[in-house]
Amino acid sequence: MSANIVLSRKVNKYRAIWADFLFFQICRAFALLTLIALFGILFSLIWGALPAMKQFGVSFLWSAEWNPPQERFGALIPIYGTLITSAIALLIALPVSFGIAFFITELAPVWMKKTLGIAIELLAGVPSIVYGMWGLLVFVPIFSEYAQPWLSETLGILPIIGEFFSGPPIGVGILAAGIVLAIMIIPFIASVMRDVFEVTPSILKESSYALGATRWEVVWNIVLPYTRVGVVGGIMLGLGRALGETMAVTFLIGNINSFQGFSLFLPCNSIASALANEFAEATSDLYTSSLIELGLVLFLITFLVLSASKLLLLRLSKSGGEQA
Amino acid sequence: MKYRKISWLLFKRQLLDWMSVILSLFAILFGLFWLFWILWTTLSLGISGLSLDLFTEMTPPPNSETGGLANAIMGSLMMVGLATLLGTPIGIFSGIYLAEFGRRNMLGEIVRFINDILLSAPSIIIGLFIYEIYVTRRGHFSGWAGVLALTLIVIPVVVRTTENMLRLVPTSLREAAYALGAPNWHMILNVSLRASFAGVITGVMLAVARISGETAPLLFTALSNQYWSLNLDEPLASLPVVIFKFAMSPFADWSRLAWAGVFLIVLTVLLLNILARLILQRKTS
Repeated sequence: MSANIVLSRKVNKYRAIWADFLFFQICRAFALLTLIALFGILFSLIWGALPAMKQFGVSFLWSAEWNPPQERFGALIPIYGTLITSAIALLIALPVSFGIAFFITELAPVWMKKTLGIAIELLAGVPSIVYGMWGLLVFVPIFSEYAQPWLSETLGILPIIGEFFSGPPIGVGILAAGIVLAIMIIPFIASVMRDVFEVTPSILKESSYALGATRWEVVWNIVLPYTRVGVVGGIMLGLGRALGETMAVTFLIGNINSFQGFSLFLPCNSIASALANEFAEATSDLYTSSLIELGLVLFLITFLVLSASKLLLLRLSKSGGEQA
Repeated sequence: MKYRKISWLLFKRQLLDWMSVILSLFAILFGLFWLFWILWTTLSLGISGLSLDLFTEMTPPPNSETGGLANAIMGSLMMVGLATLLGTPIGIFSGIYLAEFGRRNMLGEIVRFINDILLSAPSIIIGLFIYEIYVTRRGHFSGWAGVLALTLIVIPVVVRTTENMLRLVPTSLREAAYALGAPNWHMILNVSLRASFAGVITGVMLAVARISGETAPLLFTALSNQYWSLNLDEPLASLPVVIFKFAMSPFADWSRLAWAGVFLIVLTVLLLNILARLILQRKTS
């Protein structure tokens, strides 16, 4: 009788060990799937881009010709469009997000803190197609009617800078895409900045308040230096979003694959919107392959930016953990 | 003399302080201004486009009086539903690995890092990937390709929230289960996961909210379909792709339908986000 119980316990124990082992392997296999997905994306893009790489070599990256009928493809215009729209977006979004984070962490009363935080997170959840459609059908008409003539009358007459604000006010173009992109990434950057600002130990802030520092001095001299790494990480996260954004830009950039000039009023193209507009209609293999190589370029750029962002944010959370 | 100098300094500091306060007020008003403008447009133009036809009629050819979005709504529901069903278990198991087995080991660190990058990777690249590995093999666009693309977007969201939620489970709870002789898998599934169930559900809801508005990965996987179809092996219409097509067109009736579609998506996304927050709040309070 007792031997039986001992035996059944042993069996149970083996079964438990075996079940544990199986469970662990299942979990690990699914976790490995993430890695496989990343390398799968990378390899499939390289594989798909091979014909274009063979045909055009490295000069693909700086050739400005995009000519489907003659099968000559270069990535310069979409790369330029991607970078310049993201730069404009960042230029606008950065000060605004900083102001929002400053307001939420230092100025707002407690009840407002929560409401504003939720509003920002909801805004971050709105799908980008909504921004794009709103931008094209609501923002652009107003923008070309009022803002663009005003810009070319004021900034347009300055020496050098005037170049960027000249040309016909047609609405759709680099500047409109950049502005809508900025509206879209403000919530991302602001919410990371807010989270990062909250990491600052309150004892540091309170000490400097006690010494008579003003709110601005506390943020500029205590909070920002303490969270510098995380703030840069948050900015990079927003930049990563802006670079890879498809729908908001596709509606607004005009989708023209030739270089028109340096004015920001002119239409252009970005990598993501070239893919969105042309991929399903690409007729020849070389055309498809060139578009895939564009995708590869975009993937590599965003991968670098997002990795940098992640590493910086990790560094902040580690140093914050040690000092707290 | 000296007193004056000090008060001038103080005045300068306070001026700077007030200027920063006013500027940050402007920043928050600037942010809220766009939020309200966008929501107002969607609401006013969307509601005027709402009717029963939206849910019963198919997407129309241009310049026709009638027409709705029934096939697109159905296609979106099918693809979002299936992608969630496929992605959720994968995400939960990887999340369990990260939180319970891989807190400090090499594989855990790498997977966590890659997952966070995939979380914000451009979604159009996901579409390209699925096109390369699935659409070219099958030789045609299909609903399944769309499902696969959306699944790849669901997984990182669920992984992130599952891991975060499991990490909140107190160690004492785990130790109590071990002390009672529970094997590891039993403890994780019936103690850790159950304790963080509300949080995990929140993650799934956020993932659904995320993919219900995704357009880019569907453009060259599921493509679109003008007619009613329940067949996942052929091109399938979806709400975002139809909106994209209709909004870019010059036809007034198409753009009216596009606004109605945008309204449906925004409503879904906002409701899911708010519901997720409420669940989490009730759980933590």
